[in-house]
Amino acid sequence: MSHEFDIVVVGAGPAGLAAATAAAGMGRKVAVLDDNPHVGGQIWRAGAGKSAADRAREQAVAGLESSSAELFAGRQVVDASPGSLQAWVGAEQRLESFQFESLILATGARERFLPFPGWTLPGVFGAGGLQALVRGGYDVRGKRVVVSGTGPLLLAVAAHLKQDGAEIVAIAEQAPVSQLAGFGVTLLSRPGKILQGIRLRAELSGVPYRTGCWVVAAEGSGAVTGVRLTDGTQTWAERCDLLACGFHLVPNTELASLLGCRITETGVEVNAEQRTSVAGVYCAGEPTGVAGVDAATVQGRIAGLAAAGQSAAAASLYGKRDAEVKFGRAMSRAFALRAEVLKLAEPDTIVCRCEDVRFGDLEGNCVPRTGWTDAKLQTRCGMGPCQGRICGPALDALFGWRNASVRPPVFPIPIAALCSAPLYDSEVSIHEPQEISQ
Amino acid sequence: MPELNGTGRTVTVRVNGEPVTMPRGSMLVAALLNAGVECRVSVSGEPRTALCGMGICFECRANVDGVPQQRTCQIVCKDGMTVETQR
Repeated sequence: MSHEFDIVVVGAGPAGLAAATAAAGMGRKVAVLDDNPHVGGQIWRAGAGKSAADRAREQAVAGLESSSAELFAGRQVVDASPGSLQAWVGAEQRLESFQFESLILATGARERFLPFPGWTLPGVFGAGGLQALVRGGYDVRGKRVVVSGTGPLLLAVAAHLKQDGAEIVAIAEQAPVSQLAGFGVTLLSRPGKILQGIRLRAELSGVPYRTGCWVVAAEGSGAVTGVRLTDGTQTWAERCDLLACGFHLVPNTELASLLGCRITETGVEVNAEQRTSVAGVYCAGEPTGVAGVDAATVQGRIAGLAAAGQSAAAASLYGKRDAEVKFGRAMSRAFALRAEVLKLAEPDTIVCRCEDVRFGDLEGNCVPRTGWTDAKLQTRCGMGPCQGRICGPALDALFGWRNASVRPPVFPIPIAALCSAPLYDSEVSIHEPQEISQ
Repeated sequence: MPELNGTGRTVTVRVNGEPVTMPRGSMLVAALLNAGVECRVSVSGEPRTALCGMGICFECRANVDGVPQQRTCQIVCKDGMTVETQR
């Protein structure tokens, strides 16, 4: 099956919804694809849980619904080139082809995980991950939960879990209070964000929020039954049923890499109009550098308008976008990782969960590995179904190793689907990075 | 577009043959978690359940209605759906 559109948006989170709605509003024929069965992305994830209601989400979804943009949910993009992409429709076990003039990447972010002893035990989840699972119907009533790692997400997750009936034992934020004080100052310039903070704070009254504190190990046999926490001087045990841990977010840049878009330390490089280094490809939201939902929304709107040829309308939003991005980046800096959380893995700690590659296999039980490709070739690290999406950011943080190449399919699909797909363009196009015209 | 909050209805799926009743709109992975069933066994024999909850980590994959290696966090529960985990 093949579809033709003026503009295809990948991702139906805040950036993608804003982009699709804006572009469709300018009379363009727009498709928006998402791998989830529901729109909203991760921050506005829908489901059976109680905590999904959010006015910003409702507005964004209503905007899309009242527009002419066509939604294709349950589509996982597995290959793309300027002008066309292939999406895997899991529910129907088939590939679908989309042709377009412009592509807007709004692929969002995922949580960063760092390996520590016990992190592969059942009962250890990502922080945002556990929230997503609860929204999906996981019943956490009466469960004792430790929330740990770093970032403002920890507070939001703890507040929502408590609303859903969990008992929050502690929130352990690895960043020291001195580092967060700067974040507090940034908040003072943004009254809307303070209100959000206060609302969360009230929800969490009575829950210990410890800064400069982190989990050194999850313990239990067969499932987590407790954690060991430290503040750098003392270490103590805390009993719990679940551990929600996340070390801020990393942008999903795989599709942009595949398309040949230039990528910097922060994310996909874009110009003022959210155009990438590849002609006809735009990028909005977290892939361009993690900056949060408000930045993503305005970036998405700019990308949608620009892709629809409405440069003047897009330009009127630059000031708002730049302020939101500045705020988001300041927040990321406030939650910078301390050296200690990068040194928690022991030789037998699994780093690559898909292939069960242990820290010692990488760090010098025999021969220390020299980089991402060497680790892949010698240990199968990063070669499982997640394609290094979980261990990759960890190894980048631990060793500075970067995934050197992204190849299609960017998500695993059955080999039979690849072999039998008449629409699949087997020619992999290589795009030389070009200068972005400003 | 599916909007699944507040319908107050339930669906029943089978997890390794046992019925599990969930609020309508739930994801399949939540049925596994509520039933206390691990999703898979790792290559070195460890039990695993979902980690990321959002389709990235592939830890929640299981056999769904006879199709192997499905990410249960991306599938909405439907009445009569069957999930078989690796045991």
